[in-house]
Amino acid sequence: MARKRLADRVLFIILAALALLFLFPILLVFMNSFKTKFSIMGSPFTFPNSETFAGLENYAAGIKSAGIGAAFMRSLFITVFSVLILTLLTSMTAWYLVRVKSGVTKTLYNLFIFSMIVPFQMVMYTMTYVVTKIRFNNPVGIIFVYLGFGAGLSVFMLSGFIKSIPLELEEAAEIDGCNPVQKFFQIVFPILKPTAITVTILNAMWIWNDYLLPYLILGTSNKTLPVAIQISMQGAYGSVNWGGFMAMLVLAILPIIVFYLFCQKYIIEGVIAGAVKG
Amino acid sequence: MVIIKKYFPLFVLPTLAAFTASFIIPFVMGIYLSFNKFTTVENARWVGFDNYVRAFSNKDFLNALWFTALFTVVSVITVNIFAFLLAKALTRAIKGTNIFRTVFFMPNLIGGIVLGYIWNLLINGVLAKFGVDISYSAKYGFWGLVILTNWQLIGYMMVIYIAGLQNIPRDLGEAAEIDGATPWQTMKNVTIPMLMPSVTICTFLTLTNSFKLFDQNLALTAGAPAKKTAMLALDIYNTFYGRVGWQGVGQAKAVIFFVIVALIAFAQLKITSSREVES
Repeated sequence: MARKRLADRVLFIILAALALLFLFPILLVFMNSFKTKFSIMGSPFTFPNSETFAGLENYAAGIKSAGIGAAFMRSLFITVFSVLILTLLTSMTAWYLVRVKSGVTKTLYNLFIFSMIVPFQMVMYTMTYVVTKIRFNNPVGIIFVYLGFGAGLSVFMLSGFIKSIPLELEEAAEIDGCNPVQKFFQIVFPILKPTAITVTILNAMWIWNDYLLPYLILGTSNKTLPVAIQISMQGAYGSVNWGGFMAMLVLAILPIIVFYLFCQKYIIEGVIAGAVKG
Repeated sequence: MVIIKKYFPLFVLPTLAAFTASFIIPFVMGIYLSFNKFTTVENARWVGFDNYVRAFSNKDFLNALWFTALFTVVSVITVNIFAFLLAKALTRAIKGTNIFRTVFFMPNLIGGIVLGYIWNLLINGVLAKFGVDISYSAKYGFWGLVILTNWQLIGYMMVIYIAGLQNIPRDLGEAAEIDGATPWQTMKNVTIPMLMPSVTICTFLTLTNSFKLFDQNLALTAGAPAKKTAMLALDIYNTFYGRVGWQGVGQAKAVIFFVIVALIAFAQLKITSSREVES
């Protein structure tokens, strides 16, 4: 028994060391975001001292010049509205596809499933063309594009759950005189809540972090946060403001980590549910 | 249910419209355009299989294919071994397992572009001590990407392995122990066979994630030096947007890419469904 306890203690120390190693890259970025811009590249591992400590200067400068503030708000706007619309509309679609049995609904369902295995590169060029053609290449139009791209996984996960809802509940509502819209919002949608939360989280993480789609559709005039990060690096050729850059990375990471610490249980469960099904 | 049917415009049409505009039409156009030469979609001219011939004789594409395959194999093996070991360690009754789980899972939530630049800072910071940076050699880029992918995916796979390990009935291991099995024999003959569903899921998840990698590749190396570390997705992107007149070839490469990904997905489906029949 004593030997087992010793083994557990050694294991604990190894795990603690590994945990530090896992956190190190994130902490490194946080630390460097408080250093002056010339003390980052070349010596990223030194702590800020009285000479190299920049306080919140990088954040202030970044918000003013690189437009981080605007990019942050834009990312937030696009993410929030896209996931709300995605969850609501794909729930409705999934319910319809499960409850109405016909050749059309079966074909549509299979098309949604099919879209999940198609890599983005396959459609990126032509999608950009179509979306630009119908003038949806703006921060509001992109919400519609996310609805189209997110539909596959969302419909798939939601209809998987809807199939397990007993029909009796809905039939009872029908006898009580509910029309399909009332039936959906008063009976079905409340039951769907756990899966709806999972779908919302998965989509939120995807859209918040997405780079290529907003870059192709919105370009550099309406930068989201990942686009702003990539652009400020790609377009700078050696004259990067490393301080502002670190601040940008922190602003991209921070909301997700806060979000994660608050609803960790849902996130881990959601990611796994998405993985196992997808 | 006849009444519901009439509500198609409300329940299905909005999603379907978005899906059609951003996926169905672009997909069909994409297949068609892979047989055309064009610089904008409007000036497409039919060239048959010419784009595919050019894709397969394109040095960058073949290099990307090889680099991606090698990277995927190394990542799948390393990620799964580390994730399994961590899961095994965290299913023992020691303190702090929840905090460890939280920490190991965290990198998975960070976006690919940000991940790439975090590791760019770290790796270049280390390499600076030797007077070089990550673009010095394709080997650095390769292993940089492997480390990054491990950092990102280990926690994710670990959580799936933990769920799998917790599903194994405890008496199975105890029975083996009573029969005199060594820990290694128990692992080999009880734990791993019982864990096979999780192994399949994790293998395919790492496989597709590594194979389709784009953001991390762009941010960490952007293909440097000389496109040697460009993976398939990045090579397709470069062909589309970096070379005028090569859009058709880019689209043909994208179709090839799609076919490979679809074959992987199909293999997964076959393996998963055949296992379900057995159990």
